[in-house]
Amino acid sequence: MYDYSSRPSRLPLPVDERMASADIDLGQRKSIYRSLQELRQFEKRAHDLFLQNLVKGTTHLSLGMEAVAAGFGAAMRPDDYTFATYRGHAHALARGMEMGPAMAELLGRSNGVLGGKGGSMHLTDVSRGMMGSYAIIGAHLCIANGAAWSAQMRGSGQVTVCFFGDGTTNIGAFHEALNMAKVWQLPVVFVCENNLYMEYTPIDLITAVPHPAADRAASYGLESVIVDGNDPDAVYLAAGKAIGRAREGGGPALIEATTYRTGGHSRADPAKYRPLEEVEAWAQRDPIPMYHARLLGLGVAEGELSSIERDVAADVDAATEFAKAGEEPTGEALLTEVYADGSSRWRN
Amino acid sequence: MSVVTLAQALNGGLDLALEKDPNVVLLGEDIGRTGGVFRITDGLREKYGEDRVFDTPVAESGIVGAALGMAIAGLKPVAEIQFLGFSYPAYDQIINHVARMRNRSAHRFTVPMVIRIPFGGGIGAAEHHSESTESIYAHVPGLKVVVPSTPADAKGLLLAAIEDPDPVLLLEPIRLYRAVKEEVDEGDYTTPIGPIRVERSGDDITLFSWGAMMKETRAAAAVLEDDGVSVEVIDIRTLSPLDRDGIAASVEKTGRAVIIHEAPLTAGFGGEIAAVLAERALYSLKAPVRRVTGWDTVFPLKRSESHYLPGVDRIVHAARDILEG
Ligand SMILES: Cc1ncc(C[n+]2csc(CCOP(=O)(O)OP(=O)(O)O)c2C)c(N)n1
Ligand SMILES: [Mg+2]
Repeated sequence: MYDYSSRPSRLPLPVDERMASADIDLGQRKSIYRSLQELRQFEKRAHDLFLQNLVKGTTHLSLGMEAVAAGFGAAMRPDDYTFATYRGHAHALARGMEMGPAMAELLGRSNGVLGGKGGSMHLTDVSRGMMGSYAIIGAHLCIANGAAWSAQMRGSGQVTVCFFGDGTTNIGAFHEALNMAKVWQLPVVFVCENNLYMEYTPIDLITAVPHPAADRAASYGLESVIVDGNDPDAVYLAAGKAIGRAREGGGPALIEATTYRTGGHSRADPAKYRPLEEVEAWAQRDPIPMYHARLLGLGVAEGELSSIERDVAADVDAATEFAKAGEEPTGEALLTEVYADGSSRWRN
Repeated sequence: MSVVTLAQALNGGLDLALEKDPNVVLLGEDIGRTGGVFRITDGLREKYGEDRVFDTPVAESGIVGAALGMAIAGLKPVAEIQFLGFSYPAYDQIINHVARMRNRSAHRFTVPMVIRIPFGGGIGAAEHHSESTESIYAHVPGLKVVVPSTPADAKGLLLAAIEDPDPVLLLEPIRLYRAVKEEVDEGDYTTPIGPIRVERSGDDITLFSWGAMMKETRAAAAVLEDDGVSVEVIDIRTLSPLDRDGIAASVEKTGRAVIIHEAPLTAGFGGEIAAVLAERALYSLKAPVRRVTGWDTVFPLKRSESHYLPGVDRIVHAARDILEG
């Protein structure tokens, strides 16, 4: 196997310190901090439960990438639509999915948010605008367009935000979806979470342009936008701008958020294919300690932040207990809910 | 009542659906300004506007994906794919998402969408424009697959499909679009998805078919009747969910069955019907079940179409074979 670790590292840019003085309400920033903590602590627990063999099947964590979900979550209206990938826990939680049913779903229990039928890769909560997590690369960009069309036709003012990875920019559905979104001026914001890897392969090795999403924007008549995906404030501002414009009828946007996953692609991937220097440099750019320091700098008391952290820890403990107490799905459940009448096939 | 073709019946059905339900939208390649390759949506854009009936790029995954997004966000889309052979770029959407959305979300999503696809030979354009790969879709849990062979059923099944909360593939027999005419109710009615239709009742042998092959099947039945054979002709018309009871009941009465379809033999849908008979009507069978189908090859160019398509002779021959047994 080709030793990718001998490739040049791709190191993060330094934090843009001007973001500290960006015009963002302090209360909003504290709630973003809470959201970051929720996403981080929830996924760390999910990882522990996986190691205890309680999470059956696969999981794809976004540890290290939480600023994208938290920043967008804060900028969205409660009735806006989210479409995410199999790496979707953070996006579901950022829309307010309850942690207990979310954790139970990861454990495949019948008290899960989808009764244990969707699992880690398909988290969905229609009541919170979380229109599903999709495990086929690219497909959900096309589906997101349909939801955006519906919102536009109903005049509801809802905006659809669709998240996907850097690798996804190389599949046909990405290009089909962007073209259609622009042709129909849909209220949809496409967000590429560029974590520099398509599974185990560095994205630059398999992509014709250096910025997988931003360099393609011009092909669809869109502005090229790159944002620091590890700075929640930068994400929040970019999200607000794109969502606001889409809501006013200004059409779609494509945002490339540069970020990095601290762990492997899925389950037990040790991610050894990455140069150590790169991993360490990005660890220094972890969004959470950075944001913690920024809030202290803005005058928030340490005690207030640690109390948020403790609250979230208690929520995660409670969610874990809730999930563990859930029943395993029954054999009968297998043959339900394939069709609208509740059955798996028709009467005879 | 008025006498219309299958194509006109579909157009009338779409017109009615658009008129009565503001959530119904039509999308597909060339369907708006031009009325589609087969003119099934003629005049509808003018009548209902470009927000309800609209042209898409050539992007089947994009079209079916968008239709699915509309369906889970409150609309009732009817997407047109130009030919069954062009549905494969949308295969991922149809199988991985359209069909499974309800189950994966444990009923949080409902998927009231229709994909209309012309299929089968008859226009002399080979492969992609002529094939009958319905068994692929019938195999997928979560989808419903319907195949009308008469104008009245075309309209009724279309309207039932649009009302249905599950995703329905409506396969339209190209060869019959303008080849059959009958009286069709101009009003609003549905034909239930599921039950077979006994087109002609008989006692000695059952001919099962669907879609365009119903034409040859009817003709073969007429030949056999002239011989004094009492023939039952069944239009399967819904491949999924399949009316197993109806299929078995017919052969419990007649004791003989010929299954006719245009698709190649191997793993064709006829195999499923034969299996139903083996499971449920074995002790009523007086002779082996026969299948008269397209050959196990690629659908050919125009000059060879007649070699490929199962003709009346082959059906009659198979029937006589088991009648004489
Ligand atoms: C059509 C398809 N092909 C292959 C896969 C297997 N697969 C799952 S994730 C993945 C990598 C996607 O990379 P990227 O878009 O960068 O997202 P990330 O995992 O980094 O978030 C691949 C190839 C898939 N899910 N779907
Ligand atoms: Mg990636």
